[in-house]
Amino acid sequence: MGNLLEHMGIERDRLHFSWISSAEATKFVDVVKEISEKVRALGPNKKLVKDYN
Amino acid sequence: MDTCIKKIRELSAELLEKGEVQKVIGFAQGTIPMATSPIAIESKQDTEKLVFNSTCGLNLANYASKQKGKVAIIAKGCDSRNIVTHIVENQIQRDQIYIIGVPCTGMVDKSKIATLFEDEITGFTEDGNTLRVTSSSREEILKKQDYLRENCLYCTHKNPILYDVLATELVEEQMLEKPFPDVDRIEALDTDAKWQHFENLTKNCIRCYACRNACPLCYCPTCFVDEAGPQWVGKGQNKTDVNTFHYLRAFHCAGRCTDCGACVEACPMGINVRDFTRKLNKDALELFGWEAGLDITKRPPLDAYSPEDPDDFIK
Repeated sequence: MGNLLEHMGIERDRLHFSWISSAEATKFVDVVKEISEKVRALGPNKKLVKDYN
Repeated sequence: MDTCIKKIRELSAELLEKGEVQKVIGFAQGTIPMATSPIAIESKQDTEKLVFNSTCGLNLANYASKQKGKVAIIAKGCDSRNIVTHIVENQIQRDQIYIIGVPCTGMVDKSKIATLFEDEITGFTEDGNTLRVTSSSREEILKKQDYLRENCLYCTHKNPILYDVLATELVEEQMLEKPFPDVDRIEALDTDAKWQHFENLTKNCIRCYACRNACPLCYCPTCFVDEAGPQWVGKGQNKTDVNTFHYLRAFHCAGRCTDCGACVEACPMGINVRDFTRKLNKDALELFGWEAGLDITKRPPLDAYSPEDPDDFIK
């Protein structure tokens, strides 16, 4: 799925896959931090967004 | 390939006469030159209607699963791979189907031939590798090799994978050093250029769903685009909806597509629908060593778990 999204021109860093146990609070925090930093660097997504105007 | 039609007719007549099958699914001449349409025949006399030539670009596996009783089916390499997929996915039982295999030398790109003429094509005949195409103003003699469809050009399974009888001798398979040059070209683009490529590709799409209807993989009783509750995707010409349809349909075909080209063949707007599925075929081969429809005993990779499955995308 990630490969297809990348192929169609959606930045790879917008999609993350992770396996986190309910006991791994620190890993959850780390992953979410990493994701939000990467997505913030990319800026708002304008692709595949439906424009209702 | 023209010569094998005699054998196909003979085999079909014999099967119908003996009552071994109720129907034979094959191709009949269409109403205009360079057009063939699928046909299901039930009597020996009707076998005369069967044709097989380089314009039989649709995939007959699409019709195999919707029949009652035992049917015979004319199958090119790609058709046979889709029949294997149908059997694996329980759409049809192996003993319900009699496969008349036709080793294939490729189908012609009709739109490419049409661009050679300013007026309407009125005649099409072929003899081996030579195509004779006529319009009201002139005649062109073409080499079939130069006018093959792109998927036939890259085809590495011309011979049927699964068959009960062959209509002609097996042909030599080609080995490709780079089986996906078209995908490589898109992969080399940067992110925005990729996006633009697919935006341009779908800009003429009229949402007729001919690609879906021609595809043997698209057999869901209700397609996600037709679903009303929930409505997964809008039904209009909004470009996000159009793209969503194409991407999701492609992903539903991941690891199942045989690159038969029926979607492109059916598209009235000349969209190369294969651009979507080809990437997934490449991934299936590179990540799972998988090509669809080669083994009747194996489930498609996204349908099965193996500890060897690549998991480097999970962090």
